[in-house]
Amino acid sequence: MLAYTAVGNVFVWIVWIAAAAACIGTGVLVVTRTNPFHSALALIGNLGSLAVLYLLLSAEFVAAAQILVYAGAVMVMFLFVIAYLGGKADAPWIGGRSWHQVAAALAGIAILADVLVAISLSAGGTLKTEAEVTRSFGSPEEIGRLFLTDHLLAFEITSIVLLVAAVGGVVLGSHARRTEAEAAAESAEDAA
Amino acid sequence: MPGPGIAAYLGIATFLFVTGAVGVLLRRSPLIVLLSLEIMLNGANLALIAFARHWGNGDGQIFAISVMAVAAAEVVVGLGLIVAMARKNLDLDVDDLSSLKG
Repeated sequence: MLAYTAVGNVFVWIVWIAAAAACIGTGVLVVTRTNPFHSALALIGNLGSLAVLYLLLSAEFVAAAQILVYAGAVMVMFLFVIAYLGGKADAPWIGGRSWHQVAAALAGIAILADVLVAISLSAGGTLKTEAEVTRSFGSPEEIGRLFLTDHLLAFEITSIVLLVAAVGGVVLGSHARRTEAEAAAESAEDAA
Repeated sequence: MPGPGIAAYLGIATFLFVTGAVGVLLRRSPLIVLLSLEIMLNGANLALIAFARHWGNGDGQIFAISVMAVAAAEVVVGLGLIVAMARKNLDLDVDDLSSLKG
């Protein structure tokens, strides 16, 4: 395989650096844009560059699921809601109290420094080479086998979570319609 | 020359997680808060998949796929709440969600 020759590793590093830079850049864009449409588009780029990193980690099925489910279905729902809200969705940096903002920034810096120190102290070493992981690693076949044997309970619980979320979405939507009807009835009473 | 090691992937994962966390803490718009939450979840997913590759064990990928399913569920409920807020003509500001009474 290409990945454990010296030339192959240079190629892997080039792809890794490009994907990591795209990942960090789009991540910062998502948090800093005031137009949520731009944020959502940046998040789609972020998910795409993460899928490239997953491919480098030989997680082919997760990369495909990431593109289909996340960058496809979930983000389309986001974009529909942002389009539905229109100008109301604009999100300027109103900010809370200034000490909240300072505390948030300090907490972020603290987590970053903490974890980076922990990683540099203990997470050395290189990944297993292509030859050392089994050929089926990350394939749909392997994922399906794990889901239906070792992780059957997690699989079933996931389906219940999705069902509850679907019911919750319907309840929230219909609740909003009922309050609109109530508001209309109240204004009719006021007029009468 | 070895390829990128586990520490390189964990560094990216940490940066993504912290970026998302700062967004959740700083931004007032619930839409941006939800998008930042997605970044936090993806940072955790990248760490899970990097460790799965490190140990040559598929369990981390199973965990990552479960996280994706939970993220989809969370987006459905979160966007439902945001649409409900918009229909009640509330400002889209997380501070207005201090009570979830109808």
